[in-house]
Amino acid sequence: MRICSTFLSILWWAMASQAQEPAAPYNWMEAEPTAFIREGALEIPVVDFSGLNPLFNQDDGKIRVINFWATWCAPCIKELPYFEEVAEKYRAKGVEVTLVSLDIPSMWEERLPSFIIKKGLRSPVVVLDDPDQNSWIPRVDENWTGAIPATLIYAGDKRRFFETALEREILSAAIEAFIN
Amino acid sequence: MKNLSYAFIPLILILLTSGICSAQGYQVGDRASDFALPSVDGKTVSLADYPLAKGFIVVFTCNTCPYAQAYESRIMDLDQKFASRGFPVIAINPNNPKLQPGDSFQAMEKRAASRGYSFPYLLDEGQEVYPRFGATRTPHVFILQRWEGAYVVRYIGTVDDNYQDAGAVKTPYVDQAVEALLNGDPVPLETTRAIGCSIKA
Repeated sequence: MRICSTFLSILWWAMASQAQEPAAPYNWMEAEPTAFIREGALEIPVVDFSGLNPLFNQDDGKIRVINFWATWCAPCIKELPYFEEVAEKYRAKGVEVTLVSLDIPSMWEERLPSFIIKKGLRSPVVVLDDPDQNSWIPRVDENWTGAIPATLIYAGDKRRFFETALEREILSAAIEAFIN
Repeated sequence: MKNLSYAFIPLILILLTSGICSAQGYQVGDRASDFALPSVDGKTVSLADYPLAKGFIVVFTCNTCPYAQAYESRIMDLDQKFASRGFPVIAINPNNPKLQPGDSFQAMEKRAASRGYSFPYLLDEGQEVYPRFGATRTPHVFILQRWEGAYVVRYIGTVDDNYQDAGAVKTPYVDQAVEALLNGDPVPLETTRAIGCSIKA
C-alpha cells in the first residue's frame, strides 16, 4: 500500500511537472518576429536570418533538430512525419525539433497554415524570410549549397548537417548518436 | 557480437549518407566536358554547336520549382542581353520526369513555347550531365568560358541576390560575372548559394 501510494505520488508529480513546464517552442527567439501568419489559433512567426540565428546557438543542454523545408518541396513533405516521430520519441532525451519553412511569401497565407493544420504538425514552425540567401546559407553550414530538404542537428559544439532527404532510420540513428 | 554489430548500424548509415553528401562536381577553374542533350525544338544540342560563343550561361532549371519560376523571366533576360555578345543561355532540366511529371519533355516543350524561350531548353535524359556539373538544385547556374579550346567554369551559383523582387536586387551575380569575362576581368564573386529545389533523381 505504501509502495503503491509512493508510486502514485511520483506519477502525479511527474505528470504535474510536465503540465507546468511552459510550452515555449520559440523561447530561443531574442527579437520580435517581423510578422505573424495567423489562422485560427495557429500563429506562425516570420523572421529574417538575424531573427533565426539564435536558434543555432542555444547552449541549454538540448539536442536541436532544425529542418529546412517548404510546402512546395515534395521530398521535404515526405520526411516531415519522421521529424514529428523523433520529436515525440526523443522528447524526454532533450530533443527539440524546429521546422524552418522557406515557403515564398505568396504561399504564406494561402498554403502554409492549411498545410500545417491538415497534416496536424505539432513541431513548431517558423518562416525564414530573407532573400539575400548567399549571405546566410553558409552561416547555417559551410557546405550547404542551398538545396532543401536540409537538416541541422546540434548539441553544444557537436553538430551534423544533411543536405539530403532523410529516411526514418537515418534520422533516428543520427539523433541517437547525439544522445549516446 | 550481435550487440556489437547493431551498435555499428548507425555509424554505417551515417558513413553512407556522408558519402552521398560529398558527391562533387565542377569547381571554379575546372574544365567542363561537352554534352549532347535533346532540346524542346527537336534538335540535339551540344556546346560544340556554338563555334562562335565566347562562353555559356548554363542554367539547371525546370518547370515546377517555385524558385525556378521566380527566376524564369530573369533567365530569359540574360539570354536576350548576352547571347548576341557571345554568352548564350543553355537551360537544362535535370529532373527525372518519372518522379516529377510536371517536368516531362512534353511539359517542357509547352512551357518553352508559351513563354517564348529564346534559348534551348534541354532534358538531362539519363541524368548524367547534372551530376558531372555538380548541380544540386534548380535553379543552379554555371558560367563557362571558352579558354584555350576548353570550356572553363568561371562562376557557380544563383542569378542574383533577391529571388523575390528583381527590382530590389543589389548584386546581379551572373550579369556582373559575364560582364567581367567580356571585359577580360576576373569574376568578382565566383560562387554564390541560394535556396532551390533539390533535383529529383
